[in-house]
Amino acid sequence: MSVLTPEIRRRIEAYIPRYPNKQAVTLPALHIVQDELRCVPMPAIREIAEMLDLSPAEVYDTMTFYGFFRDENNKLGKTRLWVCRGLACQLRGGDDVLQRVCERLNVRPGQTSADGHITVEFAECIGVCERAPAVLIDDAGRGPVEPEQVDDLIDELRRR
Amino acid sequence: MAEFEPVLLRRILRKASVSLDAYRADGGYRALQKAVGEMTPEQVVDVVKASGLRGRGGAGFPTGLKWTFLPKGHPGPIYMCINADESEPCTFNNRILMEEDPHQVLEGIILSSYAVKATVAYLYIRYEYGPAARAMQQAIDEAYHAGLLGKNILGKHDFHLDVYIHRGAGAYICGEETGLIESLEGKRAWPRIKPPFPAVEGAFRKPTIVNNIETVACVTHIVDRGADWFKSIGVPADPNNPRDPGSYGPKLYCLSGHVNKPGVVELPLGVTVRELIDKHGGGVWKGRSVKAVIPGGLSMGFLTADELDTPLDFAGPGRVGCLGLGTAAVTVIDDQTNLVDVLYNICRFFEHESCGQCTPCREGTGWMLKIVDRIRRGLGRKEDLDILVEVGDRIGIMPGTTICGLADGAGWPVKTAIRKFRSEFESYIRRGTKAVSLPLAAAGH
Repeated sequence: MSVLTPEIRRRIEAYIPRYPNKQAVTLPALHIVQDELRCVPMPAIREIAEMLDLSPAEVYDTMTFYGFFRDENNKLGKTRLWVCRGLACQLRGGDDVLQRVCERLNVRPGQTSADGHITVEFAECIGVCERAPAVLIDDAGRGPVEPEQVDDLIDELRRR
Repeated sequence: MAEFEPVLLRRILRKASVSLDAYRADGGYRALQKAVGEMTPEQVVDVVKASGLRGRGGAGFPTGLKWTFLPKGHPGPIYMCINADESEPCTFNNRILMEEDPHQVLEGIILSSYAVKATVAYLYIRYEYGPAARAMQQAIDEAYHAGLLGKNILGKHDFHLDVYIHRGAGAYICGEETGLIESLEGKRAWPRIKPPFPAVEGAFRKPTIVNNIETVACVTHIVDRGADWFKSIGVPADPNNPRDPGSYGPKLYCLSGHVNKPGVVELPLGVTVRELIDKHGGGVWKGRSVKAVIPGGLSMGFLTADELDTPLDFAGPGRVGCLGLGTAAVTVIDDQTNLVDVLYNICRFFEHESCGQCTPCREGTGWMLKIVDRIRRGLGRKEDLDILVEVGDRIGIMPGTTICGLADGAGWPVKTAIRKFRSEFESYIRRGTKAVSLPLAAAGH
């Protein structure tokens, strides 16, 4: 049985006319799949490869180059919370924010809270330096988030 | 000198609407109309060449000259790739341009594509810039609807352009132009050996121009107001140095770190670090003083407190031992900060972001990180500093050991830190104690 739903396939196929070859759809396809399935499982890699006339090894090669994509053993929680550890954030207390987030959720960076709601990551500079210390909630920056504001942030994300 | 009036931030500073109608009411798409109606693509290239515009992404290569490297009379397709990967730490000017004035950016993309006769423009935006990507998509949709994108743009026969957003996946190396192209093509973002340069063989093996967001935003204003106007801003070329192309035009400076007012400010190229910190950044926070400044993103290296009168034009930082102007992202470090921690952060970044293709970079960034970490943990040895400088000197495109400049950027902060702040590192090593205790969660690489 296919792990890619007809809807996911339709969305991937919509990218094909944008590029002169199908391989260029690899990143968009990986994003679409991970957004929906919270990871890119091996069967999905094979199905993406088939859709794009590639070897699964080519899709896997690209996917694993970017530390961004997760396999089925490391599924993302509902929300991905990136805490910036870039220099501008470090200078304004970013390490304390990461520490507080990890303590509060009882995880280490890369792990997901036991309730499955929040996956914590450290980020290299997320480009929100004027509002350091900053975090990235899925793909949207926010700041400043001081260590004492972490509890409220996590409560907010849990209510999502 | 007359008070400088912001150009790129003009609408952003008064919080103007991002809608197409509002942008047009402020004179938007006037430059495009002028180019399409009155100018050939070659004339647009000529005016950009005459303006002296240099790329704002970091390397400062003359934009018009880059465009002339395209093969003449090529049957096409020619691709435009807009570099919005903006991953140089402490840099955020392109994010603000895209989020808060997306049509200004889009007009620059359309104009630049017209100039180079590109029929497709890929806007490569780093994944972390979700709101910017959505603002740009909204602007693109509006532009298609208004006949500013698609077929026969503004009624001009044979001027066709499609713009597509392509989102990255969190890799610094995608900001290197051939890494970006590889990533766009669906592969790992390993930079290519040059030549061939992208203008000859780029995306999908076709002639390709890669330009930065701020660069193309400048193109709009150059077409609108002319090359002479652009050249009236900034620092003229040194008449005694025929190889100096000058530093013309306005520049967005990103201020971060230990200043009272972090943010982006627009000023003529050539403002000094001191003026940026004191006048525009509200001074150093908590009443402290400056220990060090990074003038243009982490890979440029350090300035000392004695070097704050350095002008931030393309030539200024290089005269005091930095790699260059870079992205003009100025990060201020106060006198209470331990530079060993700062250097550790920087080394960790480059070790994490080395793409692994060239051994000197993959291994060198790792060695530098391990050595700085050893120093940080109180186990440093006196000879470590010389080893660090030696590694930093030998990795990179300048010594000729790597394909791209990532390793140069990794080596420069290490070399300048040790050259300019050696006594601080030596005394740290002599004490043999770590000055800070690191949070557990953040301690791992």
